[in-house]
Amino acid sequence: MSGEEFVPLSLTPLLIGTFAAIACALPGNFLVLRKQALIGDAISHVVLPGIVVAFLLTGAISTWPMMLGAAGAAIVAVVLIEAIRRLGQIEPGAAMGVVFTTMFAAGVLLLEQTDTSTVHLDVEHALYGNLESLIWLDATGWGSLLDVEALAGLPPELSRIALTLVGVSVFTWLFWRPLKISTFDEGFARTIGIRTGALGMALVITAAIAAVAAFDAVGSIIVIAMFICPPAAARMLTNRLEAQIAWSIVFATASAVSGYVLAGYGPLWLGGSDAVSAAGMIATMSGLILAAAAMFGPCRARIGAHTSA
Amino acid sequence: MLDLISNEGVTVEAQRLEDSPLAVRGLTVSYGQKPAVFSVDMTVQPGAMTAIIGPNGAGKSTLLKAALGIVSPLSGQVIVFGQPLDKQRARIAYVPQRASVDWDFPTRVIDVILMGLSRELGLLGRVRARHKACAMDCLNRVGMRDFADRQIGQLSGGQQQRVFLARALAQGADLYLLDEPFAGVDAATEKAIIAVLKSLKDAGKTVVVVHHDLATVTDYFDHVFLINTRKVAEGPVSEAFTAETLQSAYGGRLATAQIDQISRALG
Repeated sequence: MSGEEFVPLSLTPLLIGTFAAIACALPGNFLVLRKQALIGDAISHVVLPGIVVAFLLTGAISTWPMMLGAAGAAIVAVVLIEAIRRLGQIEPGAAMGVVFTTMFAAGVLLLEQTDTSTVHLDVEHALYGNLESLIWLDATGWGSLLDVEALAGLPPELSRIALTLVGVSVFTWLFWRPLKISTFDEGFARTIGIRTGALGMALVITAAIAAVAAFDAVGSIIVIAMFICPPAAARMLTNRLEAQIAWSIVFATASAVSGYVLAGYGPLWLGGSDAVSAAGMIATMSGLILAAAAMFGPCRARIGAHTSA
Repeated sequence: MLDLISNEGVTVEAQRLEDSPLAVRGLTVSYGQKPAVFSVDMTVQPGAMTAIIGPNGAGKSTLLKAALGIVSPLSGQVIVFGQPLDKQRARIAYVPQRASVDWDFPTRVIDVILMGLSRELGLLGRVRARHKACAMDCLNRVGMRDFADRQIGQLSGGQQQRVFLARALAQGADLYLLDEPFAGVDAATEKAIIAVLKSLKDAGKTVVVVHHDLATVTDYFDHVFLINTRKVAEGPVSEAFTAETLQSAYGGRLATAQIDQISRALG
């Protein structure tokens, strides 16, 4: 494929898909180790009432109010989950289940009961996003990367997800040590002065922001898959957290790139005529990588299980 | 009150809060309706080895966790070296129960020891050769030098406990609090741990251990703190670890034969 074709049509969706995958996989590493990985699933459900409320308030489908509504709903959900977990003294999974089903139901109810039925807020878009449509029409080839005028025409999703990725990376880098210590041994972490409650909340809010930004660009399927599959596959390849994070980035990138390419060309190679959903294919690829890691990864046995008393 | 007895006796008890490495006043902790620890006063003696003993569910671990700020008490005061806990955290090292963490966590033994240096390292400080040397030295003291590069999941229970102790040593604290360090470990590990704890005491450090084996209390410890939700007794082993106090702490849960045996051992 020449640059003239590749840059306007494929470069931006590839970058957006890759950035979204990495932005979710990074906090996913800690969420998986903390056994909170389903928070990604929870977040993608709870954003619905936020989006509907944002629409009701502004009366238009515009990105920023909707993203703010989604982020607000995600943060409300995270705080509610923590509050229920602590006050009710129940396990986090149960608290998550209660909050996300309730908020999703509230979102559906709100959608049905208000005058939003004419608006295009459909399920398919929410699940799969529309990665293929995020093209860069102003580009004419690789040279456009240096052309200020053409750069102004980049899809706004790209800068949003890039900014989110930078934020998530900085958070992980800055709080690496406390995150690692408190994920391994929360009690010890508290005795050395780490505010584990606040840090856990910050981690989940970071994950929520990544989820909402990715949700906006690529739909919730990728979000749910990327929180879990690359980190879980990476865990089975190594016994060191540093290496696990690096592998999870490799797997997230590999899923995004191979998924996008296969979605566009796979059906043609198989003799079909239409492309399939890129987001769905990216999620599928991450699942295949996880399956391969589960079957062939060198560190997949729970060796610690035998020795615990 | 026990901590207000006079100094005329042979043992001189630290009476004032500022003399004690760890003093707890009126501490009450509750997980639900029923308090786990009720209105407990404790005054840990400096430079001594103290055992916290009591039946299962008596609040031993909870007392330790509340003293360390890991669980929030309903009421009460914790004073560490005469100051609020937050000002003296650098002088405390805590060894949690081995079973409280997931040993499948992807990390190596040396990385766990380096966690003990995290105050010194700060958020982004680089791990330098001297930090590694310090960590290796701590591993050496618990006889685990050869295991530095092992994944922690490959360790036996006793080895895991030694790693936790080595992490506490790396903290270079003045007060060491250990939660059931002898639970489920082999005899060699128990010996190694007690040797390290005694060396800490000899160096003037204070050691507090949640302990469950009544048979070894007189061998290992100078002081005991008996608890069964409320404080039962506190003092030197010879005074506070008696058939009466044990009966009172354990009630019917301790066989009379056991108490007789302990009384005989105590002379």
